[in-house]
Amino acid sequence: MPKLHSVQELQALRTACLQASDPTRPCLTVCAGTGCTAAGAHDVLQGLRRALERQGLQGAVEVKSTGCHGFCEKGPLAIVWPEGVFYNHVTAGDAAAIVASATNGRRPVERLLYQDPVSGERVIREEDVPFYRLQQRVLFGNNGRIDPKSIEDYLRVGGYSALELVLTASTPEQVVDAVKRSGLRGRGGAGFPTGRKWEVMRGQPGTPKYIICNADEGDPGAFMDRSLLEGNPHSVIEGLIIGAYALGASEGYVYVRAEYPLAVQHLTVALAQAEEDGLLGENILGSGLNFRIHLVQGAGAFVCGEETALIASIEGRVGEPLPRPPYPAQKGLWGKPTVINNVKTWASVPVIINRGPDWYAAIGTQSSKGTMVFSLVGKINNTGLVEVPMGITLRKMIYEIGGGIPHGKTLKAVQIGGPSGGCIPASLIDLPIDYEALVGAGSMMGSGGMVVMDQDTCMVDLARYFMEFLEEESCGKCFPCRKGTKHMREILARITQGKGCEEDLELLEDLGWMVRETSLCGLGQTAPNPVLTTLRYFREEYLAHIREKRCPAKVCKELITYQVEPTLCDGCGACVRVCTSEAILGEKKKPHTIDNGKCIKCGACLEVCVPKAVLVQ
Amino acid sequence: MTELNSVDAILNASSNRPQDLIPVLHEIQAHRHYLPEESLRSVARHFGIPLTQVFHVATFYNCFSLEPVGEHLVQVCLGTACHVRGAPRVLDRLLRELKLGAPGTTEDLQFTVQPVRCVGCCALAPVVRVDSHTHSHLTQAKVRGLIKRYQPKEAAHAATPA
Repeated sequence: MPKLHSVQELQALRTACLQASDPTRPCLTVCAGTGCTAAGAHDVLQGLRRALERQGLQGAVEVKSTGCHGFCEKGPLAIVWPEGVFYNHVTAGDAAAIVASATNGRRPVERLLYQDPVSGERVIREEDVPFYRLQQRVLFGNNGRIDPKSIEDYLRVGGYSALELVLTASTPEQVVDAVKRSGLRGRGGAGFPTGRKWEVMRGQPGTPKYIICNADEGDPGAFMDRSLLEGNPHSVIEGLIIGAYALGASEGYVYVRAEYPLAVQHLTVALAQAEEDGLLGENILGSGLNFRIHLVQGAGAFVCGEETALIASIEGRVGEPLPRPPYPAQKGLWGKPTVINNVKTWASVPVIINRGPDWYAAIGTQSSKGTMVFSLVGKINNTGLVEVPMGITLRKMIYEIGGGIPHGKTLKAVQIGGPSGGCIPASLIDLPIDYEALVGAGSMMGSGGMVVMDQDTCMVDLARYFMEFLEEESCGKCFPCRKGTKHMREILARITQGKGCEEDLELLEDLGWMVRETSLCGLGQTAPNPVLTTLRYFREEYLAHIREKRCPAKVCKELITYQVEPTLCDGCGACVRVCTSEAILGEKKKPHTIDNGKCIKCGACLEVCVPKAVLVQ
Repeated sequence: MTELNSVDAILNASSNRPQDLIPVLHEIQAHRHYLPEESLRSVARHFGIPLTQVFHVATFYNCFSLEPVGEHLVQVCLGTACHVRGAPRVLDRLLRELKLGAPGTTEDLQFTVQPVRCVGCCALAPVVRVDSHTHSHLTQAKVRGLIKRYQPKEAAHAATPA
């Protein structure tokens, strides 16, 4: 493609792209995000292509792999355009039926349509599925429509039109002002107002200036940044170019987790396309703006999500944070002014420019504007990525979008904001989700990970799990975090083993406050959150472990035993086959028993027992 | 190309700017599946920095390994979603089946078991990734079959209970 030299040429290219595509031509899109790929999306794509070939329809019907739609639970997902017929749990074996229905104007393939679990009715279109109905997909809306490796697809849905607007009609100051008025706050953790960060950077002397996209999504259970980079990389690139214009930056970096190979691949393709078309490089679209983006892969360190640690990592050092101030906006990469924003923050910028700051600020609550993307995972029926207006209640998230808790169990708590977030108990289910409300409840927005837990999750064990994670990921530079996380983990482990005492709880709280107040960076300052929130809301559960040597959720190995209920056991022997320690005795067709001397409490028998005769005491 | 030459080739193709240290280590790791001591010495010479500094970086980041990795890399996701859906029990089972006391490499160099934090397939939890293939909704009962799929034929035969 020839290099574009002006905004007019970009507009002409978009028009040409639109004219070249026939909106009435059938198109089959298959979600090929990491989740659907693991569930077999590539087999589906191949199956569809083969089915079309067999019927000589390759030219008549387009097959496209797209980014993540968010509804990972039901993957692989496919949509038939232009009608928008939405299929879930598709396999390669369904390809012929889908092709037949799409090309002959037949009725949709009934069995592949989403079935409402309550009414039992089939739903035809994606937007009518309850999972999507309450969502407002401002950032993720195009994920299921476009091929992430095609800049033409992005242009067709209005891509790079915000860049056009900015280059033709706004001064850099006006762009910063628009971001400020939109109320956008950092989507990666602390929620610092983006416009204010940008203002600080603009006022700094010194060149060159740098901007960085933080895609080091380290929170276990959060994968929205990855999905956006995989599914719509150009939206992030467009945000960065607009940022470069507004902030006077000449170089940009995208720092991606090395564990995200598909995101790296799609971003690499998108960057090459943008460069080839003249959207990156010298004198972008004839505006005089020079800007390049480098892709840097992380190497697996949670702490690198912290701004100063991330900068150290780009510079080739270990990711150890520095005291702030000076803030990166004053003294960042290579000692120069640097603005770091999260993937979703950058992707929000083109939306704010296109729709206007007032439109954006009208979404959400008083202090938290716009939409937020959550990954709804754990003990929930509809696992997936959810984009909702700020201020939505937990109840709506879990019961309307998430479809409730599986197997008729009850909600116990929700862990929001990753390992350094906090556990919100079921009693706070009507809490509106925004930055301040979460902090008030002892948690934080973080990157938007939302792990749902039911009655079978032990909160002491969970706190121990998070502390183990944070102890491992603490960079070790400052003492309170290095030693504090270790000490808290040891105490928590002791309690889960039934060896705790009541004074341990006070000690945990003291340690928690000390680590929070005295650690160098955000990792340590928020590390005690899981401990402090579980102590605040689930103290009884801690006390049961300590006083009664009992784990109410029946998770902590040292405090449970396995037994077979003879009246329920049919002697099928499934447990005997799966037991590795020969602890299960009994004749076929007769009730079995467990030898507790040999039992290692692995729980395998419980998993395989159909009549549910294995009981945990 | 001998193995050491391949490290030299990687170094020759790279500049010696400080920011290229981590990318170079990534390349060696991708090539050799671990960072041999000799390669760290070559890296230190190439960048003109002390070996301790290379060692510091190589041991700080989880992506790098100083130990050889087995034929198959078995990554057990211990992300939060997998944790609450029973991943620790799957990991324990896998270690028992492979006769490993702790995560690491089996004696026959067939498998390296490595716990990882979130591969982002939370809907399929608990998951285990073997090489580049993701196995979903694992239970303890599925573990033995999973290992068998990756064992060499004779070994798999020998391991089958009579």
